[in-house]
Amino acid sequence: MAHFTKATSIKDWLDQRLAVEKLEKVMMSEYWIPKNINFLWAMGMVLVITFALLVVSGIFLLMYYVPTTADAFNSVNYVIMQEVDFGWLWRHVHGVAASVVFLIIYIHMFTGIYYGSYKKGRELIWISGMLLFVAFSAEAFSGYMLPWGQMSYWAGMVITNLFAGGSLHADGFVEWIRGDYVPAQAFLGRFFMLHVLLIPLAIMGLIGLHFGALRIPHVNNQEGEDIDFDKEAKKYLDGDKAGSKVMRFANDFMSKDMMVVGVFLIFFFYLVFWNYGFAMDPVNFDPADGLSTPAHIYPEWYFLWSYEILRPFSIDLGLILFAFAQVIFVLLPFLDRSPNTVPANRRGLFGIWFWLMLSNMIVLTAMGKLPPEDPYSTIGFYSAILFVAQWLLLPVITMFEKKV
Amino acid sequence: MKNKEPLILAVVVFFSLVTYYLVEPFAHHVLHKKVVDAPSEGFAYTDLPAMTKTGNAAAGQELVMNAGCAGCHSIDVADMPAPMDPVMSAQSYGVNPPDLSNAGAIYDANFLADLIKNPAHALKVEHKFDEAQGQMHPMVAFYGMGGDIDQEVADMVAYLQSIAVKPADVTPAMAFENACARCHALGYKNATQLGTKPIFKHKKDDLAYDIQVLEYQDSLKAYMGKLPPDLSMYIRSRGDDFLRKLIENPQHILEGTAMPRVGVTADAAEKVIEHMKDAGDPKRQEREEIGMNVMIYIVIFAIFALLWKKQVWKELH
Repeated sequence: MAHFTKATSIKDWLDQRLAVEKLEKVMMSEYWIPKNINFLWAMGMVLVITFALLVVSGIFLLMYYVPTTADAFNSVNYVIMQEVDFGWLWRHVHGVAASVVFLIIYIHMFTGIYYGSYKKGRELIWISGMLLFVAFSAEAFSGYMLPWGQMSYWAGMVITNLFAGGSLHADGFVEWIRGDYVPAQAFLGRFFMLHVLLIPLAIMGLIGLHFGALRIPHVNNQEGEDIDFDKEAKKYLDGDKAGSKVMRFANDFMSKDMMVVGVFLIFFFYLVFWNYGFAMDPVNFDPADGLSTPAHIYPEWYFLWSYEILRPFSIDLGLILFAFAQVIFVLLPFLDRSPNTVPANRRGLFGIWFWLMLSNMIVLTAMGKLPPEDPYSTIGFYSAILFVAQWLLLPVITMFEKKV
Repeated sequence: MKNKEPLILAVVVFFSLVTYYLVEPFAHHVLHKKVVDAPSEGFAYTDLPAMTKTGNAAAGQELVMNAGCAGCHSIDVADMPAPMDPVMSAQSYGVNPPDLSNAGAIYDANFLADLIKNPAHALKVEHKFDEAQGQMHPMVAFYGMGGDIDQEVADMVAYLQSIAVKPADVTPAMAFENACARCHALGYKNATQLGTKPIFKHKKDDLAYDIQVLEYQDSLKAYMGKLPPDLSMYIRSRGDDFLRKLIENPQHILEGTAMPRVGVTADAAEKVIEHMKDAGDPKRQEREEIGMNVMIYIVIFAIFALLWKKQVWKELH
């Protein structure tokens, strides 16, 4: 058994039992971060803060939300929005944060792709990040069901229909998922459970894995430079703070994180109070009606690009390409055959690949919302083909990439 | 080393704004082309003939009494009660005819004049009520009392204007109740087609009231083709641009709809919309006030965060 002595302070008492000093070093003061980074490296902290806002606002909403098809709509739009003090504020914070979290996730993802931060020991950071993306997507979708408006109902109908597998006609599987022939009480109840319990638990676990996967390889830097962290850390601890290439996570990098968070929150609360419409679709303010299909059914903006990969094709091919689009990002570390961990702009063809991928995904996003008529459906069709082609070409163009 | 952060920020903002523009304003324009492009003349109703005569309210009063208006309409301010209760009225006419006390303040004068002479025309429901095919509008047209019909109509309009409150005194609730509420419920204001639902002590009375509402709605459904929707959240599901254009001319937005043009003045239309905001977005003022306070707080937070960063990083360069 470990040897315990009479504690000299509360900190000492805790240290003997929890090794708080060691923990503090590992997680904060001797968790070394390269100095050569920019504000994009603070997106992780921005995501943590946004997730915290989602959890806190979600807890308040959970106190008044009623997960029944008869009362869900009114519990959100009347009880929470009108009767509960500041209920409207929590709902707008929750709704806007749910949308903005995806904006930041996409920025975070494309930062990782641009700087090659998924290579050389950082594969698991990328994979756990993509699992987080999947979990956040499921969380967003299940949350979207809860107000039980027209878009909740019809999005639930459309997305669960995908599980019939096109020509496979696995209709029994769809009924099993819904617990009914159409989205109804069983459906709402289980998506409520997923949204407030199971998926948040999965997200918290994955965030732990994501952070853990980062600790040993350390974060990447702006030039992809291979830093000797032990040497640079010694330099820092010996007093040459300015000469060392690294800094402490806390407080050094944390102070920059917080500065970026401050700017982000100004933007975020501007959206919450004055420009929330983009995150709360007007159609969803009509109560769910299984006998009246909305003129246009489209997902929230962050799913539009993958929706547009599904839509232009026949059902079977569409589903295959849709499934391809969902998993292909996870495989990025293995599809990129190049040994270079440098910014995309210094990697020749890969640089073109990156900017084309980003632009094409924005085109897909736009076409996914527009009605399926010319010219939008034609543009969407070719964009979807380009998306698939780019991924198929990625191993080839990176295999022949020159070492820089 | 050169500071690349402004350039990086510009790139991030650029791609974010392009995406926003495409999925919000641009997509809105394409998806709601019909609403965006719908013409609006600011409730001028230029398709209706302008009144040429100056009305005499006293003569109008006599005409209203003799022309049989009160056979269907109540005029509360003139102590003329409704001949039937709303449920019976709806069974007879499809919908309960409005009380005329404030019609002169809420509806456009040219509209009222045309309505008296040719209801289906003024209401823009001629596709539903074609006299040639024997489909008569439940409101009987006024064919004149023997004198100059235009003068008589002008007198009746003048009378309605003389008994109404001043247009400026029309409240949002009055405008909505008169122009919309006999067809549309407004659940979040506790309003049914029969008016604000009272609080009953006994469940039996509560249920009896609900049955009255259901009976009224049955007549309304038969008359309109479907039950007109509850408008509680329409300010958020449709937005004020849609509502304004729909109220001015429903046929521009929903071609062939059974919803009549109700002929409200521009001022009354704004009051109708304000009432819908009170029902679907009553916290809008609070949102503005709290928004400012939160922004002040967050800006102060950001300034302190910036100063902290500067202090910490002084030693790092």
